[in-house]
This record gives sequence, C-alpha cells and structure tokens, in this order.
Amino acid sequence: MSKKPTTKKTVARKPAKSKKAGKSWKRTDGRTFDELRTLKIESGVLPNADGSAYIEMGRNKIFCGVFGPREMHPKHQAKPNEAVLRCRYHMAPFSVDPRRSPAPSRRDQEISMVMRSALEPAVFLERYPRASIDVYVEVLEADGGTRCASINAAAVALVDAGIPMRDLVAACAVGKIEDKLIVDLGDYEDKKGQSDMPIAYMPKLNKVTLLQMDGTMSTTEAETAINLAIEGCKKVYEVQRDALKKKYSIDQPPEKPVKEFLPEEPEEEPQSEEGRQ
Amino acid sequence: MSANFQDRDLVLPGDILYEGRIRTGENTYRNKDQVYATRLGLVNYSPENVNVVALESVYNPLVGDQVIGEVFDIDLGEWKINIGAQSEAVMGIPDAVDRPFRTEFIMTRVLDVGDTIIAKIVDLDRRRTPILSILGPGLGRVYDGFTIRITPSKIPRLIGKKGSMINMIIKETGCRVVIGQNGRILISGLSREREEMVVKVVNKIEQEAHTSGLTNRTQEFLRQLKERPR
Repeated sequence: MSKKPTTKKTVARKPAKSKKAGKSWKRTDGRTFDELRTLKIESGVLPNADGSAYIEMGRNKIFCGVFGPREMHPKHQAKPNEAVLRCRYHMAPFSVDPRRSPAPSRRDQEISMVMRSALEPAVFLERYPRASIDVYVEVLEADGGTRCASINAAAVALVDAGIPMRDLVAACAVGKIEDKLIVDLGDYEDKKGQSDMPIAYMPKLNKVTLLQMDGTMSTTEAETAINLAIEGCKKVYEVQRDALKKKYSIDQPPEKPVKEFLPEEPEEEPQSEEGRQ
Repeated sequence: MSANFQDRDLVLPGDILYEGRIRTGENTYRNKDQVYATRLGLVNYSPENVNVVALESVYNPLVGDQVIGEVFDIDLGEWKINIGAQSEAVMGIPDAVDRPFRTEFIMTRVLDVGDTIIAKIVDLDRRRTPILSILGPGLGRVYDGFTIRITPSKIPRLIGKKGSMINMIIKETGCRVVIGQNGRILISGLSREREEMVVKVVNKIEQEAHTSGLTNRTQEFLRQLKERPR
C-alpha cells in the first residue's frame, strides 16, 4: 500500500555534487543527500468533499479537501472571467510540539497564498467564470516541508475532484546543511540548515510554479539545487500518479470511505418488510 | 503523428495523448503539436479526434437534464436550488405552479427551504445559470427516501444501455430509485435492508464504472446480497 522509500534510488549524480556530498555521508535520519522521505499518498479519503487526498511525507500527516467549482461567497469577490482558487492552509493545534494556537497566523496566510500561486497555473480557471474552487489543507502532524507536502496533496485532491488541469503539480524542497546540498528537508534540517528552497514543478510541462528560498546559496549551488529539487519532484510525481490510479485498479479497489448515508433508524423496528408503511 | 496510449487506458491530467495534428475532443487540450489530457479518465482514440471519458468530473448542466436538488433559499418570485453545479439553479413561480398567478400566492406553501425536488433543466440563462421546472411527469417535491451522491460522469454507467442497469436494480430490490444527471440519486424502499442494498450496488458501480461486463456482475452481486443471511 505505502510506497516504501526506494533506498538509494540511483539518480545520475553530477560531479559538482559528489564533491560536496560524498557517498558515505549520511544525514541525521540516515538518508543520502538526494533521498526522499517515506512518501504515501491516498486519494478520495473524505466522503463529503468533492475531491480529497491524504499524504504522509516522512512524519508529516496532511489531509486535503477540494470543493467546487461552486458559487463564490461573498459574491463580490467572484471574477467575471475566471474562477477563483482559494486555499486555506491550517495546522492543527496538536501538530507541533509546543501546542500551537489554532488561529490563522501570518505564516498560515503566507503558505495559503504560496499554495494558491503554485497550483493556479495548473488549473483551467477560465472554464468556470464566477465560481470558486476551495482547497482546504489541514496539517495533523508537522515535520518540516509541510508546504511542499500540502501542494502535493492538493494537486492529487484537485484531480480527484474532477477539476480540469493542465498537469499535476509536484513539490519538493532542497536545502544546504554543513555546506552540503540535500533534498526533501526534515524538521531538524530545516531549522539547523543554512538554506532552504521549496520548489513546485509541473513535470509533464517542465515548468516551475513555485520557487522560494531562505538563507544563502552560491549561484552554482542554486543551479544544482534546482536540478536536484526537480529530480525530487519527479519522484513525488510518480507516487502521485500511483495514488490516483490506485483508486481505479480493478484487482483491489480501495475501501470506500466509511459513511452512513442512511437515515436514522426508526424508533420501532417493523416486524417484517411489509410492516413499514 | 502517433498515439501514446492504447484505447481505454487510464490517463491523468498532463499526459500527452497524441503527437501530431488531430482534433481535440472532450477533456483534452492542445499545446503546440501535442494533445494533453485535462482529467483523470479513459482515453479514446477515434478517426476524427482524441478524447477522454472522465472518471471524475463536475456536473455540467445541460438543457433537458433531470436533476435532484435542494431548495436552499427563497428570493422574490423564485426558489434557489442547489444542484451541485458551479452556479446555483433558480426556479420561478410559473415553473412550479400550473395555475394563474395571484397576489395572495405564498411561495413556502409550494416549496420551502430544505425541500428536495426532482426537476428538469428547461433553460440556461446568459450567465449559464440553470433554470429549473417541476412541471411534468415524475417531477416535483420529494416526500420520501434519501439521496446519495456519486460522480456525475458515472451516471451513464448506472443507467446502462437503454436503462438496463437501473431497471435491473429496481426490479431486483423493489425500491424506487430516481437518478439525477447531477450525480444525486434518490432512494426510497419498503425496508431499510433493501435501501441499503441499493446503496451498496450504486457504490460498487461507481467504483467499477470503468470496467466492462458491469451489468452482469452487478446482477450477480445483487443476488449475493439477497442470499446473505441478516
């Protein structure tokens, strides 16, 4: 079910990198420099959403629900020529160690905006004028790189909702710690590292939709980093594809999300089938 | 000039379906000389075009569709109805009552907020807002049963060829099953067990809509459900 981390997936290493990151060098969690964390994605997990996805990226656990295209409320925010993509990124109070306030913080607002701009180029918004497409992301457990994981989940959920898209969006971060470039940063690497660069990428169209950076990198490092991140995005993309296709594999259809559709049981159970009028 | 997939292969948005000059059908788009998919679905190559039969889609209202919706608001002279489309549907008084309008007419006596209706789309206005009517056989307010939702693109499979699938389900379970093209299905039966049977069958059809030989397998599945001891 879960796609096990392909240990030491052989990706052509460039000489510039191998100088920086020797083969023996391992990260704090035992990964090599270009190895992703365990990645598991499921689609169609929320019965009441039009489309949904659940992602486990390392210890990140994130749910994403997509609603729409539907009527925009408040109506004055609707655009006459295209749909509006609205994203809401939220971290549960219990998702990080000292409990976090559930109120939206400045950081939440930023990530919501960043997600929106990363997903917008992939969605045919012009097909649904005056409508809104709402993407809700709830982080249950955070362990670094939640914005990338959220974008990955949101892309799968958008496809699951049947919203027309140009391509999927896969996201992956690169960073620098101890002067070495690493892919898919965990929480520790994120905090102790020298630099962090999340990238969202449309693999089939070969287009970058998000590029942010914290910290410092030299020009050559940045170039290598972008290529490393794109390699990471391509690995993520394969997992996203598998997640979407799994719902339609005939051999083992995934379990239907549990939902009682039926009305409340009547007070007195009729004796026979004909007994209930 | 080549097709990149077999017929009826599962494709995802962004997959390059065809390279070369060809007409783009449903759920596809062209970028330079390549045709891409826009939705998850089954690819279909025909001599004229390449298209994708979507497995997940949003409801696209068309004139003549029978839909099931819920009244969520009453405005001046019209009911607002949620049919799960990108915009809310409206229904004016002449489309709901077949008698001359009188000033003492009270709209809530006909339909109130929260009522479920079976309606027909009679028109789309300039903003593509669906205009509904409940005048006609089989249409009107629903008094009995409950609704479930499936992906609107799978409704044709639930109906089957000339209604073979849905008629079989109705015959085997004895429930009243009304299908809305917007993916809402109204079920009402004599007993809860039979209603549950319909829910299970509909969910199974939704899961396996992309496979062939579905009607026969569904019939087999229904027989098994009936024989299972409660």
